[in-house]
Amino acid sequence: MKILVCISHVPDTTSRICFVEDNKKFDSTDIQYIINPYDELGLTRALQLNEQLGGGTITVINVGTKASEPTLRKALAIGASDAIRIDAEATDGIFVAKQIAEAVKDSAYDFIITGKESIDYNGTQVGEMLAAFLDIPSISSVSELKIEGKKAILTREIDGGKEIVESNMPFLVTGQKGIALEPRIPSMRGIMQARRKKLVVVKPVDFQQNTELIVHELPPAKAACKLVAPDQVDELVRLLHEEAKVI
Amino acid sequence: MSVLVFVESREGKFKKAIFELVSYANHIAQNLNISTTAVTIGKTDDAELDKLGNYGASKTISILNDKLNDFTAQAYTSAITQVAKAENASVIIFSNNYTGIAVAPRVTVKLNGALAAAVVAAPQSYEPFIVRKKAYSGKAFADVQLNSEVKLITLNINSFGLVENAVSVTKENFEAEINDTDYQSKPIERKVASGKVPITEAELLVSGGRGMKGGENWGMLEELAELLGASTACSKPVADIEWRPHEEHVGQTGKTVAPNLYIAIGISGAIQHLAGINASKFIVAINNDPEAPIFEAADYGIVGDAFDVVPKLVESVRKLKNS
Repeated sequence: MKILVCISHVPDTTSRICFVEDNKKFDSTDIQYIINPYDELGLTRALQLNEQLGGGTITVINVGTKASEPTLRKALAIGASDAIRIDAEATDGIFVAKQIAEAVKDSAYDFIITGKESIDYNGTQVGEMLAAFLDIPSISSVSELKIEGKKAILTREIDGGKEIVESNMPFLVTGQKGIALEPRIPSMRGIMQARRKKLVVVKPVDFQQNTELIVHELPPAKAACKLVAPDQVDELVRLLHEEAKVI
Repeated sequence: MSVLVFVESREGKFKKAIFELVSYANHIAQNLNISTTAVTIGKTDDAELDKLGNYGASKTISILNDKLNDFTAQAYTSAITQVAKAENASVIIFSNNYTGIAVAPRVTVKLNGALAAAVVAAPQSYEPFIVRKKAYSGKAFADVQLNSEVKLITLNINSFGLVENAVSVTKENFEAEINDTDYQSKPIERKVASGKVPITEAELLVSGGRGMKGGENWGMLEELAELLGASTACSKPVADIEWRPHEEHVGQTGKTVAPNLYIAIGISGAIQHLAGINASKFIVAINNDPEAPIFEAADYGIVGDAFDVVPKLVESVRKLKNS
């Protein structure tokens, strides 16, 4: 299969979140950047499928500055065939989706995988918007992806259950946990090979972003936890009933 | 001009989350001095549609086309876009649920709109239009300005509440044109666990972590959940070692929840877990390690052994429910 996997470059999940420039910008000092976890699971599934089916290629793509290249190299080390970086600041979802659509519209991928959202901006939109620009089906929040001949059989989460979907190619899925269970870790050999794999940098197209980030705010600090002794469980129940009024 | 709100019924009924969505749409409509129109797909009973009027929807539009019995993001996008154009919608509200996140971005592209997802509050300003959304997976908020003529929002559940505002309802049908090309993908089977409230919608959650020592020990959590009318959830390691299904995994790479009460039992409270639960109104922590970070996020806590405390909690809740 010829597969495209979209990669976001995000702060590690353990990062403490702080902002600078009047809370407008994320403070990246001492922050370790990683492949967005959902994208990493999608990449893992793409590798598994091509191994099962034999052959195929996996291209990874990112819209970002030079700072995201180590993240793309990591994707190459995990096993992607080649990488594309669109040289622009990822300002908003529709901008990113349009850039990727323009870069790949003539490339005839069998399918495209994105994560269901990035864990930093939580825009939850790039995948579906990309599919809309390319005019292909999008199946969101996918927890299983299988290929049977010329079709894909997918499981997507719905409210209160699951739905099995059959799709012709090409299509796009936004993946969540389940599409793969554990992300694949790069091997030493993979890391060596990644240095020689192709990473193409392309220029962005002119496109107006539609949203603008004004400011960030951290959640208010919590009041101290009211501790109840382990032999006073009735007191906890009373507090939940009378004070919090939640039971 | 109107504020359009997309409402989905389940088994012919609208749930509380839908009334919250309509309340939210109507709050925006009142501030913009325009009306609120609720859009639904398929036939819904008049009595059920009238309930939307209790929260300010002065008009309902039922989109009719048998093809829409099968969901695809493309077909739903096409149908909702047709209504949005016919109604000259300036704001479109979806739930930040599985349907909303699948459809809203495609509608945004069709209308060249601006979309904010996982919104947690009413707009703080209308000129310019600024809303607050979840960011950094619950570790922060971002205020975002929507600059297009059509503004789209997916609203997080349990973030606005119900606001009654009874108006009379005009009910219309809308015949949407749906192309077969919108069915290159097609649902073939639906598996819905009936009677179980999904954790993203639950008002009460009983959640267990590695401190529970094994999947076979979940009986007491299930008993507690049943007494409270709660759903059960779990931490990432618990789902990874398959003590519990992945659908129950709460946290940064699992699900974000927003219940009124989250009871964390034997969960240490890694930063990734806290990201998934910090929209909860109240958090209770039960853990034998007084240094566990979960106590920093909790409102109430018991430092103690889950196997000792939880059975007592079950009895105490039973007493309360029987009184």
